[in-house]
Amino acid sequence: MESLATTPLTDWHRENGAKMAPFAGFDMPVQYKGIIIEHKHTRAKAGIFDICHMGEFKLVGPGAMEALNRVVSHDLTTLDPGKCRYGFLLNQSGGIMDDLIIYCLGRNEYMLVVNGACRGKDFDQIRASLSAGPVLTDISDETGKIDVQGPQSLAVLETLTGIKWNDLKYFNFEATDCLGFPMLVSRTGYTGELGYELYLPADKALTVWEKLAADERVEPVGLGARDTLRLEIGYPLYGQDLDEEHTPVEAGAGFFLKKESDYIGKSGLGTVRQMLVPLVIEGRRTARHHDEVCLPSGEKTGIVTSGSFAPSLGHCVALAYVRAEDAGTERFVIKTARVELEAKRTELPFYKDGTARMKV
Amino acid sequence: MIPDNLLYAKSHEWCSIDGDVATVGITHFAQEQLGDLTFVELPGVGDTFEAGAEMGSVESVKAASEIYAPVSGEVIEVNESLEDAPEKVNEAPYGDGWMLKFRIKAAPEGLLDAKGYAAVVESESH
Repeated sequence: MESLATTPLTDWHRENGAKMAPFAGFDMPVQYKGIIIEHKHTRAKAGIFDICHMGEFKLVGPGAMEALNRVVSHDLTTLDPGKCRYGFLLNQSGGIMDDLIIYCLGRNEYMLVVNGACRGKDFDQIRASLSAGPVLTDISDETGKIDVQGPQSLAVLETLTGIKWNDLKYFNFEATDCLGFPMLVSRTGYTGELGYELYLPADKALTVWEKLAADERVEPVGLGARDTLRLEIGYPLYGQDLDEEHTPVEAGAGFFLKKESDYIGKSGLGTVRQMLVPLVIEGRRTARHHDEVCLPSGEKTGIVTSGSFAPSLGHCVALAYVRAEDAGTERFVIKTARVELEAKRTELPFYKDGTARMKV
Repeated sequence: MIPDNLLYAKSHEWCSIDGDVATVGITHFAQEQLGDLTFVELPGVGDTFEAGAEMGSVESVKAASEIYAPVSGEVIEVNESLEDAPEKVNEAPYGDGWMLKFRIKAAPEGLLDAKGYAAVVESESH
C-alpha cells in the first residue's frame, strides 16, 4: 500500500485521541470524542476542521480571466476581487471532473480550491486547457487550511485575530497579516453554519490550530461529522454524489450554471439521464452508499450516493441518483443489505436552521 | 474495559449468567469500533435462538453490523429503551446498554473468559 500523506496537524490529531483513517491519500481524523457530539457542537457553538488535504492552485498573469473562463463553469466576468464562487470543472461530455471554489484575488489573479483526491487530474486538465500567458501553480503543499464553523465561529475568529470580521459577507474573503503572516479569511464552509475557512502558510497551521483548540467554545471535528453536517444541508461530496458519469444539471446544481459564454463540457449539459434526488427515511435505520433505489413497483431506478442518520434531525436522509423520468416520483423503496426502507422525496436542505447566511 | 465477571463471544457479545438467565449485550470494544450507535434492532420476547445465530443488528453513523446470540435459549426481556436511545450502548455497554435477557436451556459453551477475550481484542486492534 502506498504510504499516506500527512498534514501539519496529523501528529496533533493522534496525540489528542483522534480515530484516523485514509481519505484522499491523507491520514485524516475521522472523529475525536464522537461523530454525533462533534456534529451537534458545530451546530450549537463552533467546530474546527483540518482541511489541509484539499488542493489549492494559483493562476496569475495576463489573460488569466479570459483563459480560465473558457475552462470552468464559473462566470469570472462578474467575479470581483474579494469574492469567491462555487462551480465545476467538466470533462468534454459535461461530466464533473471536480467541484471547486474560485477566489478572485485581483485582476487576472485567482486561487482555485479543489478536492484533495482530484488535485493531479485537475491541474493537468486546467493547464492543458490554458493558452500561453497566465501561469498555473500548485500551492497545495505550502498552503494550510483550517475551517472554523458554527454560530460562534465569528466570536472565535475575532478572539484569534483581535480584529472584527462582521463586515465580511457570505462568499466574500479578505487577506490579512494580523497574525504576522499572510492569511486569507473566507466566509464559506461545508456545514450550513456561519463559518470561515482560513488559508495560511502550512508551517503556521499548527500554531493557529492550537490557539483555536484552546478556545473553550471550540471542539475539533473529524471527517465523520463533516460528512453528516454537509449531508444534512444537501451539499454534494465529490466521488459519491458528484462524478464524471454525471453532469452538474443531473446533480441538481443547475442554479450554478448561469454563464452564457462557452466552456469545456457545456455542450453536454443538455443530456439528462439521471437526477440526484433528496430522500427522507422515517426512523433511525440508514440507507448507505450503493444501496439500490426502486420504484414502489419494485423496479430498480437508481443508487444511493450518500446516506446517513442525520444527528440534528433524528432520522435518516439520503441523496440518490434515479432515472430522470422517475425524479418527480414521491415515494421510493431503498433496498439495503438487510431490509427495505420506504423513502420519501423531499427538498433541500434537509436541515433548515443553518446559520450560514445569517447577518452578523 | 473487559470486566472479569462476564463471558464473551468472539463476535463481541458479552453475557452474564445468573441461574438460568443470561443478560446479553455488545462489548466496549465493539461499541468503540462501531462509533456512535444510531439504531439497534432486537428480537421480540418469546423468540428462541441457538448460540451463534444472528439475533439482530446495530447501526452506527459509519457502519452496520449483525449481533449473534452468545447462548441458546428464549428471549424473556428486551431493553426497549435502546429503540429511542441507542447511545446507551456507547455510554454503558455493560450497564444501561444491555440488550436482551435469555432463559438459557443449557450451560453456555465455547465462550471466552475476560483473558481469552482480551486476546481476541488484541488481535483485532491495530
